Amino acid sequence: MTKNVTIAHGNGGEENNELIQKIFYKHFENDILAKSEDAAVIEEGKLAFTTDSFTVSPLFFPGGDIGKLAVCGTCNDLAMMGAKPEYLTCSVIIEEGFSTRELEKIVKSMKKELEINGALVVGGDTKVVPKGSVDKLFINTTGIGKIEQKGISASALEEGMSVLVSRDVGAHGATIFASREGIELESSLQTDCASLYPQVKALMDADIEIVALRDATRGGVAAVLNEWAKSSTVCIEVEEERIPVQEEVKGICEMLGFEAVSLANEGTFVLAVAQADEAKALEILQNTHTSSAVIATVTKQYEGKVILNSSWGTKRFLDLPTGELLPRIC
Amino acid sequence: MSLELKNLYDDFRDGETIKAYAKIIAEDAKRLKTPLNIMEVCGGHTHTIMKFGLPQLMPENITFIHGPGCPVCIMPKERIDHAYVLAMQPDVILVTLGDMIKVPGSNGSLQDARAKGADVRFVYSPMECITIARENPDKKVIFFAIGFETTTPMTAVLVEQVIKLGIPNILFHINHVTVPEVMAELIDSRDVHIDSYNNQIDAFIGPSHVSVISGAKIYDKFPKEYGRPVVVSGFEPVDVMQGISMIVKQFVEDRCELEVQYKRVVNYEGNLKAQELIERYFEKMDLFRWRGLGNVPDSGLKLKDEFASLDAEVVYRDVLPIAEIEDHKLCICGDILRGMAKPPECTIFGTACKPTTPIGSCMVSSEGACAAYYKYGNLL
Repeated sequence: MTKNVTIAHGNGGEENNELIQKIFYKHFENDILAKSEDAAVIEEGKLAFTTDSFTVSPLFFPGGDIGKLAVCGTCNDLAMMGAKPEYLTCSVIIEEGFSTRELEKIVKSMKKELEINGALVVGGDTKVVPKGSVDKLFINTTGIGKIEQKGISASALEEGMSVLVSRDVGAHGATIFASREGIELESSLQTDCASLYPQVKALMDADIEIVALRDATRGGVAAVLNEWAKSSTVCIEVEEERIPVQEEVKGICEMLGFEAVSLANEGTFVLAVAQADEAKALEILQNTHTSSAVIATVTKQYEGKVILNSSWGTKRFLDLPTGELLPRIC
Repeated sequence: MSLELKNLYDDFRDGETIKAYAKIIAEDAKRLKTPLNIMEVCGGHTHTIMKFGLPQLMPENITFIHGPGCPVCIMPKERIDHAYVLAMQPDVILVTLGDMIKVPGSNGSLQDARAKGADVRFVYSPMECITIARENPDKKVIFFAIGFETTTPMTAVLVEQVIKLGIPNILFHINHVTVPEVMAELIDSRDVHIDSYNNQIDAFIGPSHVSVISGAKIYDKFPKEYGRPVVVSGFEPVDVMQGISMIVKQFVEDRCELEVQYKRVVNYEGNLKAQELIERYFEKMDLFRWRGLGNVPDSGLKLKDEFASLDAEVVYRDVLPIAEIEDHKLCICGDILRGMAKPPECTIFGTACKPTTPIGSCMVSSEGACAAYYKYGNLL
């Protein structure tokens, strides 16, 4: 590992994993942590428990803001364990000079999102630090939820199963890139930031047995699929043409040299089900987003790897994203 | 916006068209007398070839050789050290383009410099330096300029504006290099390991975006003097497949010519205004040292002497290291760039040398041959 922490260590990819493994897991080692799921499963499988910090810049972006993100992020981590989000804490670190009006706007948008999840903020903490110590506002939320479907796990995939995405991918990452200073891009793109519990509930209510479920945040769909392939020792074969990507997201990827499957999402999940459940699951997902699609099947061809099949008969590995996402030069 | 962009690439990724070209190439290749090694000079092409799996569509007697056309990859370590040292100077903001910030020099990368407190920024357009300079009047903004003929005009425009607007706090560190000189070097140079001129290149695919600026004319001498056909091609998979098909046809029909596949943009003369702008501010360096290849005559540009007051290499001469730094002994990037070896033949490929810890030039940027093999190509 490098001597100093760099931005690449927070990218959700290879360096990020290395940092977590070699420092945090090493010292905090225990059986629950070792499972490394979206949320920890505690109290004999009854409760899911998770935390997340939010440092997004800019604070307001098309389709959302840091507040909405802070509630969605934590509630989604719970929902991904088949849990209903119940109680959250909310801690904020505010830079001196920050506008109280903006702060209230952010808190109001948190409240709206809490209502969608049927969850409450029941505790919190406020710190104000001198100018320059943080970038405007950082938020941490911690959440606890009641598990409604047990056994969802990254290591439960088996040959023949189907993998679906809940909507088109990469919208959040592309929106943030397009609205950062320095890129003058006109676009009507919106982040996908949304609470996912209602969709998960719809799947559970229809008696679909969810095998694996994960929201494709940092590292995107590529990171989720790679983790599942490794944890379950299977090969995930993706039909590249089937991956739903909005034209504008494609355009931004073209310009900056990114792949939509590696861009972050904040309201998109990846779902694995038995092939028998595939059609029904797709129907339910399409009630919310018509763009949802079956993108891959689980095979044994290259265990631990994700493969992209092209429509002209070639194949390649889809790797975990590495490094800071930087535009290519020419 | 999206509609126009989509129009630019959509047809050029059509699966059926790609398959049709694969068939034509396979048919024509049956009539080749000897196997054909085609070098794609540009890293952008390498990226397309590997990302879209084009080697899997080639008949056995056609092989790709991945050339030195990635401006980040070919930057020798001592020049990366320049960037690092400049970034660590008090009151300096170092500005560069994308990928450059993660390439390790001997002290670390610009990313590491940033983690240690240096002000390092990457921009999409060099013109953003003007805004940065105006917002930070008490700092020196140094633009670490990199790239081939494609990015040189943008740097030239920035130089022009800095002079015109009288902006006092922008300096330049110029690392612009040119394509035809290094192509000639690949054919001319003696390989040190086997002491021969044993390059394996039969034909070149020329990068279209370079020719948008410089015209197709820069490749004239390759068919005429070196007996190597050149086809200037676009960057989408259909473009590359068509370019290869054109090369194969030249061999089958016993022709040796300069052809342009990318006729939708490229012409023979190129953009004369951009060429004029480059000539106004820049001149050739006698030698530029390419990582993996060594010194290549006339392949680098520098600011003309009359603009020395804008040249960070002159202004900061006293703090910039001058010693040349070689790559690791086990690294075979030089052979890979000459087409004499493939990345997996290297003993440290994928083990000691990975995209996260690159040792040789071909691994440092996503456009380098080794990085592309590591990311996409290990199915072959």
